[in-house]
Formats: sequence, C-alpha cells, structure tokens
Amino acid sequence: MHWPIDIIVLTLVIFCAIAALSVKDLLVTAILFGAYSFLMCLLWTIMGAVDVSFTEASVGAGVSTVFFVAAIFRTSRRTKD
Amino acid sequence: MSDLLSLIIAKYNYWLYVLLMMIGLYGMIAKNNLIKKVVGMNIFQTAIILFYVSIGYKTGATIPIIKSTDTGHGVIIRAAEYINPLTSCLMLTAIVVSVATFGYAMALAVRIYQRYQTLEEDELRMRLSEE
Amino acid sequence: MLYGTGEFPNWGDPKSPASLHVSDYYIEKTFEDTGVPNFVTAVVTDYRGFDTMFETAVIFTAGLGCFLLLRDFRGKKEHYYRHVPTGVILHVKDDKKTLKVGSEFEYMDKEWVPPDLINKTVCRILIPFIQIYALYVVAHGDYSPGGGFQGGVIFGSSLILLAISYNLKTLVKRIKEKLLGIFAAVGVLIYAGIAAICMPMGGAFLDYGKLAPLVPGDPHHIRALGMLGVEIGVGIAVMAVMVIIYINIVSEGRHDEGL
Repeated sequence: MHWPIDIIVLTLVIFCAIAALSVKDLLVTAILFGAYSFLMCLLWTIMGAVDVSFTEASVGAGVSTVFFVAAIFRTSRRTKD
Repeated sequence: MSDLLSLIIAKYNYWLYVLLMMIGLYGMIAKNNLIKKVVGMNIFQTAIILFYVSIGYKTGATIPIIKSTDTGHGVIIRAAEYINPLTSCLMLTAIVVSVATFGYAMALAVRIYQRYQTLEEDELRMRLSEE
Repeated sequence: MLYGTGEFPNWGDPKSPASLHVSDYYIEKTFEDTGVPNFVTAVVTDYRGFDTMFETAVIFTAGLGCFLLLRDFRGKKEHYYRHVPTGVILHVKDDKKTLKVGSEFEYMDKEWVPPDLINKTVCRILIPFIQIYALYVVAHGDYSPGGGFQGGVIFGSSLILLAISYNLKTLVKRIKEKLLGIFAAVGVLIYAGIAAICMPMGGAFLDYGKLAPLVPGDPHHIRALGMLGVEIGVGIAVMAVMVIIYINIVSEGRHDEGL
C-alpha cells in the first residue's frame, strides 16, 4: 500500500473535519460532511476493508446527507458560531 | 535520531487518527449550535471506526474474499494473505448504529426548533430558565 | 493518548496480536464450515449473528422513536389550491371546506415550484434500475462486498429520490405509512424467526446448521441459505426505517409538504 496516497487523503480528511465545524452556514456543513464521509470511504478502501467502505458510501454520502439537508430545511440555516 | 525517525514512520497514522478524534471531541464540547455538536459526534465515531479498521491491516495482503471458489476441501487457505476480517465486521454494526443515532438526533433538533424557535445552546438555556 | 501509541505494534505488521490468534481460525475455516467466500459477511451474520439481530433492533427503535417524536396527526388548518387553467392560487383558511381535486384544481405546497420535466423524467427512469441494483447487492452479499444492510439503504434511498423529484404526496400516496411500519416490524421478525426456528430443530439459538431437514436441497449449503434469509430480513427492515425517518423529518410529522 502506497504511503503517499494515504497521507494526502488523511490530510484532506482533517481539513474537511476542521472546516465542517467552523463555517457559519449549515448547508456548507452538510456538503462538507458528505465530502468527509466520502474521503473516509476512500481511506477504508485503501486499507482493504471493502465491506465497511461500501456501507459508509451508501450511508454517509447518501442517506445521511439527505437527512441533514431535510433537517436544515425545517430549521434555520445560519448559526452564530 | 534515526530511532525517532523510524518510530515516526512506523506510527504516524495513529497520531493522525488521534488528532481526528480530538477534533470531533472539540466539536462536541465547545460548539454552541446543536447541529454542530451532532456533527462533532459523528466525526468522533468515524474516527474511532477508522482506528479499529487500521489495526486489522496487514502489509501486502488482499481483501477478505476468497480468490477462487473452486478450492473444495483440498487447497489450504493461508491466513497471511488476507487482511483481518474481524475488525471490519464489528465496525459494520458501529456504522449502522451511528446512522441511526444521526437520524434520531436530526428529528430531535427539528422538534426543539418547533418548540423554542432556536438551536443555539445559550439562547436555549435562557428560554428554558424563563419558563 | 499520544503516549499510548508508543506501545502499539507497527502498522501493517502481520504478527501483531490482533491478527495472530483468533482471526486465523476464522479465515481458514470459514469456507469449510459455511461455503461462503466473503469472510466479513460470514462472521457478521453467522458467527456473530446475535450482534446483527440487536443492530436491526436498534435501527427499528430509531425509526419508531422518530415516528413517536414527530408525528402530528392534526394536519394543517389551511390549504392552498391552484386553478390549473389560469394559474390562480386559492388560499382556503377554513379546515372544513375543501375543494374537490380533479382536473381543474390541484393541491399545492406553500413553497410551490413549477414541475421540472427533465428532473421528473430522468428520476422516473432511474428509480427501477436503482432498485434492481439494491436487490442485487442483497442477494450477492455472500460473494462480493455488500449484504443486507447496504442493499436496504440503497432501496430506501431510491424511494427518497421519488419523494425529492416529484413531491412528498406522491410517495405517501403510493406507499402508505401503515405498510412501512409493517415492513419494519416484519424485517426484525424474519431475523428473529429464522433464529428461533433453529431451536425446536435441536440446535442453539442461531445455529443454522440444524435447519437442514426443512429445506429441500443440498444439506451442505444450509448455512449459506440461512444467511441469505437473515440478510433479506435486515434489508427489509432498514429500507422501511430509512423512508420513515425521512418522511417524518422533512414534513415535521404532517406528511403533506416536503422538499
């Protein structure tokens, strides 16, 4: 397993996580959360756990983002911090 | 010095996973918005799953599905060729539980907004103490 | 925590304690015992089937909790109707007077968007293929990554796609809420039922090997067939719960408007 791709994806994951928690608009958080989930799925495929990555792809980058956006639709979109 | 360098090269990934867990924990504790707390919880959960899956990885091994199914009862399956499947299956259940918790937390957030018209924690506390 | 990582074995070491003792048994004996090439599915549904049963119960409880928390049976007091030939919007405030919906008047959500033809047609074509793929993933859980849970989520998301591309009322009219509740419960019951049938046949609670006299065919494959039945149960339950949670969140329990 190639270590450069591992480090690049891990760095992107950490950036996504920090960014998802610091923006003030909740829709941006939803999209970044979907991207974070997809990058996690890539990491697990690199490590060989294909079942886990299939589950995370279908759940995190699919259904979880839809729930998030549906909840934002019914509550407010801006946050103060 | 070379000892420290070889230590870093062998274990750098664990430090990054610990960093990710701490980011999730920070989000859960220090953010005021309720939905951001839930996002922090989910980051924490996926970081722990990542840690467990990385324990079961073996260098040079392949995915845990048998290569050819006409092995019958004659061919021996060598365990060193396949990565450890046990850690992945426990994590399947963890992912399922995490999505169930996330869906339920979103439902709770919608309900709280219906009742109090806000999702920030300090405003919630003020409105609760006024009642 | 960083100090604790100093004690860990190196990454990817084949001799680390996690990979040495127990998992060798599972890797070597899975194909002989069960006849299933995918180790992860075999361990999850057969060797540790008890965990998966309670995981299905957890998903069912989450769906039940969302339903109990948000469901609002009162319905809205004001209705909006739209006169189709002219486009005039009527706002009827009284609950008792309802207009007859037919070719002249149609229901309208409060935030109405004109129906987008491309969107509707493409989604209408795609949804059956997504469903076939979901059934494929469930059925091939033994031979490729996948399994009951993943297939159930994909099937549920195809129904959510129907709700998003058309409007929520279309989904609610096609698939009633009572049917979804029955599906969720039936999924859990299939799992527990297959596990419980093993007991009168002379085995322990989840011992699929003893089901051989009931199923016609090769008795060597009985464990794989038991796993398939169990996964179907999990898939049905998960599909119903995903749709229940989505409908309740997006319409605040009233099941009339939506995204």
